Amino acid sequence: MNRKRDDQAHTAPTDFESAIDLPDLTPEELAAEWAADAAPPSGAIANLAASLVAAGVGVAGMLIALGLGLGTPGQPRPGTWPFIISLIIAVLALAQLVIGRRGGVDGEKFSPLSRMAGFGFVTLLGMVWLMPVIGFEIPALLLCFIWMKFLGGETWRAATLYSVLVVVAFYAIFILGLGTSIPHLL
Amino acid sequence: MEFLNPVLDGFGVVLVPQNLLYCLMGVVIGMLIGVLPGLGPAATIAILLPLTYGIEPVTAIIMLAGIFYGAQYGGTITSVLLRLPGEASSVVTVFDGYVLAKQGRAGTALGIAAIGSFIGGTVAIIGLTFLAPLVASFALDFGPPEYTALALVGILLVSTISGGTKIKALIAAAVGLLLATVGRDVFTGAERFTFGNLSLADGIDFVPIAMGLFGVGEILYNLEERHRAASAPAKVANVWPSRKDLRQSSGAIARGSVLGFFLGILPGGGATISSMVSYAVEKKRAKRPERFGKGAVEGVAGPETANNAAATSSFIPLLTLGIPANATMAIIFGALLIQGVTPGPQLISEDPELFWGVVNSMYIGNILLLIMSIPLVGLFVKILRVRGAILAPITALITILGAFTIRNSMFDVLLVVLFGALGYLMKKFGFEPGPLVLAFVLGELLESNLRRSLLVLEGDVSGFFTRPITAVLLAIFVLVAVGPMIQSALAKRQQRQNARVSADS
Repeated sequence: MNRKRDDQAHTAPTDFESAIDLPDLTPEELAAEWAADAAPPSGAIANLAASLVAAGVGVAGMLIALGLGLGTPGQPRPGTWPFIISLIIAVLALAQLVIGRRGGVDGEKFSPLSRMAGFGFVTLLGMVWLMPVIGFEIPALLLCFIWMKFLGGETWRAATLYSVLVVVAFYAIFILGLGTSIPHLL
Repeated sequence: MEFLNPVLDGFGVVLVPQNLLYCLMGVVIGMLIGVLPGLGPAATIAILLPLTYGIEPVTAIIMLAGIFYGAQYGGTITSVLLRLPGEASSVVTVFDGYVLAKQGRAGTALGIAAIGSFIGGTVAIIGLTFLAPLVASFALDFGPPEYTALALVGILLVSTISGGTKIKALIAAAVGLLLATVGRDVFTGAERFTFGNLSLADGIDFVPIAMGLFGVGEILYNLEERHRAASAPAKVANVWPSRKDLRQSSGAIARGSVLGFFLGILPGGGATISSMVSYAVEKKRAKRPERFGKGAVEGVAGPETANNAAATSSFIPLLTLGIPANATMAIIFGALLIQGVTPGPQLISEDPELFWGVVNSMYIGNILLLIMSIPLVGLFVKILRVRGAILAPITALITILGAFTIRNSMFDVLLVVLFGALGYLMKKFGFEPGPLVLAFVLGELLESNLRRSLLVLEGDVSGFFTRPITAVLLAIFVLVAVGPMIQSALAKRQQRQNARVSADS
């Protein structure tokens, strides 16, 4: 039955073409559309900040490695290798600082929506903080609810319902089913 | 044919019902997580790593193979149904796959992709079966200097081939190397970068880094990105490709298998390059190339075959040299280390049962993928129609609770979340997480081999260049490192000259 329908699709493509609501895009057009959809690159200030942070990591690594002892090529010490890598990080970061000073094509600019990622991160930290204290159920319920309602724009009813279902399912799988030692209330 | 005996013995291990069951679970769960928009194979495998804990090594590895193939196919599903490639290697699948889906033939696209993946993967495993022992026997003579050079070349190739700015990828790789030094120094016992923290004294575990950077990083990124996601088509009919489709794609599948196998051995973007080359080859060979981009079945079959063959043959450098060729392999490498398997040239001779167990589990994973993918397509479409807002916290909880179960440690979970933030920021600032994870995995190997080489060579760095293999590898290193810089400098000069010429005229 399937096969028959399939063959029809080959012989009578016009029926299907009318059903397509998006225009057929060639790969080039699709790539252009993706490029237009993508967020703008992160830009010059982001490059400056990222390069400075990386350079800072490199310099800090070099200072700590110095404290561990540099040794010589013949007699490497604990600090030798970290020092070399830190030096490479610092040098590359400075190179990036110069090369990317006008921005570039990589990265993505932060948008107002980026707050959502930040908010998500904070709720995950909250979960890590609360889990050992009051078990995973309440933090997980809160996390689900917040992510669904405030980050995802679900209705109050849907967010509540699905949050409860998700936590019940996780409880069933991780605590009852797999018997893991995840901290839990009940 | 004597060497085939251990190969066949390996099947005995793999075909135990319990192992088959775990492999089946791996395939299904790998597909289920891999189909979630935004989670590519690397993220999927990272998130599912805790599953393989606490089961015995051979079973765990077989399950991992299932997860690997399931996760790969998950990316194909989103390419076809949502126009969202899970990773770079299924980007070209979108061109014809999504158009086919729009024509109501998503099932055909997914079916042919599954069949192609199966054939490509199987061809590559057979190739691997014969080639791996050869490479391993060649690499048995490698000493610390060769390993140092090999690890350097591996990290450099992956950093420079990955998309984005090369310097940023190299910075990420160097940070990965630096993170690998955290903890007690293996040679002297001195504590490095631990800041007096007891949890850091044993070093940072690989799993929190992979789960954080790939898993939580992607989840956080999707929180912001989700709002422009596409919606899945309502129904998928014609799940089994017709005979005509199969006939049309057979050539593409055959060519894709061979192409993918050979390109996949190369470090870096083997799977990505091979899928693109396959698409180009098929388009060129077609009698009516204008069909491509408008729903040509070969345009899905070729690239999907090639990327799976390449993904499989990229196991060769991992299993025979102990050098992962890409980010996904880096995660598999880490997962194997956790199971007490150290991939490298010794593995095949010292522990043939385990080695062939790993290889043969790929056959099984591949077959189970073919069997499971077609009937489950309907389920995946249903999952894709669940709103992202509901899927996001579920993935987050799987990751958080999974991370905890590894060592029952909240510190690990904290690391996962922190590395998640780092992964998100890296993405926003244009740094690739892949090179970082790869370098982190290779960091210890690189440092200890470098220090051993320096001891052997008595600090004489020029000694690296007097050993033929090391010299060749380092020459490649220099070429890869400096070549593109010269090229871009030349291109810039040319541009400037052109600009001047046009200004003069």
